[in-house]
Amino acid sequence: MFDGDARPYWPPLVAGIALGLTLLLTFIITGHGLGASGFFTRVSVVAADWLVPGWAQNNDYFGLFLQGGANPLLAWITWEVVGVFVGGLAATLMAGRFRPQIERGGGIGRSKRLGYAFAGGVLTGFGARLARGCTSGLGLSGGGTLAVAGFVFLIGFFVAGFGVSYLMRRAWQ
Amino acid sequence: MSLPLYDNGAAAGLLAGILFGFVLENAGFGSARKLTGQFRLTDWSVFKVMFTAVIVSAVGLWLLQLVGLTAFSEVYIPTPFFWAMGLGGVLIGAGFAVGGYCPGTSAVGLAGGRGDALVFILGMIVGTAVFAGLFPVIEPLYTAAQGAERQTLDALFGVPTWVVLAALVAIMAGGFLLGTNLERRMAGARRSAGGHPEGAPSAAE
Repeated sequence: MFDGDARPYWPPLVAGIALGLTLLLTFIITGHGLGASGFFTRVSVVAADWLVPGWAQNNDYFGLFLQGGANPLLAWITWEVVGVFVGGLAATLMAGRFRPQIERGGGIGRSKRLGYAFAGGVLTGFGARLARGCTSGLGLSGGGTLAVAGFVFLIGFFVAGFGVSYLMRRAWQ
Repeated sequence: MSLPLYDNGAAAGLLAGILFGFVLENAGFGSARKLTGQFRLTDWSVFKVMFTAVIVSAVGLWLLQLVGLTAFSEVYIPTPFFWAMGLGGVLIGAGFAVGGYCPGTSAVGLAGGRGDALVFILGMIVGTAVFAGLFPVIEPLYTAAQGAERQTLDALFGVPTWVVLAALVAIMAGGFLLGTNLERRMAGARRSAGGHPEGAPSAAE
């Protein structure tokens, strides 16, 4: 269903050029690319440290973020993801697209959609730590420097995306 | 003035993030249905936008290097770990197909008012903690098959940078043609089957 006054999305070529210029500008200003999963990792560290005191400090992976009593959230990536939220909110309001909803295909109910969203999130959170980055940090930013790492990631991402989507097609139709 | 500026302050983060989020939302990447349309072949925006952005960035860095303003060696280039990055990509591709988002797009989806994006984010936080918990078991896989440091495609294939860029442009052009063709064909198949068009700004509820 269309929202009566919602504006259409940008054409993919326009959006791609704008995204590429944003990435290039980020390289020029910071020396590195864009990211996202790094922030959610830091939220996970803080949440784990709060829920199970001691466990995160002694964990081989999470402990690295807590060395010397540092606050894991005091990092560039936190500001960047806050910016992503603000920029996304501005775009959605300006285009008349903001709408509280549970977005889903016609084939599944609301609770099943939320179950799938959670399961997909778990796979993604795990996968992003294994890959040392996500679609933004490794696929987009790595690819934008012609890094082999970025293209290895993207091949895995697209192959699995097509395969698993075929199994999931009823949920989204 | 030498580039990059290596400014990693709050203002630099906010600026990069605001532009990133604004573009992602306008690309339609806050919508799980539009995003997953890529893998149903009904909407090729993910491929088109990502590939275009990769090429614009790489060509931009190459041009800056040609005129001597900066060099690829001055920016961060990840070192490949073939197994971990390939399998991590597989898991994120699967998570995207099941959950409808990736980390960056889930933040944009939430900004647009989507509760499913919030639940996806909670899942990511849990999945990250599961990884940390299993890290001692996973560590051999995490560090296996490390490639050359900061390896790029031109170094891997032993060709000049412009050859890689030209090849990527050719792949992009092919992808645009194939994708647009399939988008039309899938839309036609849905219409004749009495279905509804996909890729509307929002759907359901």
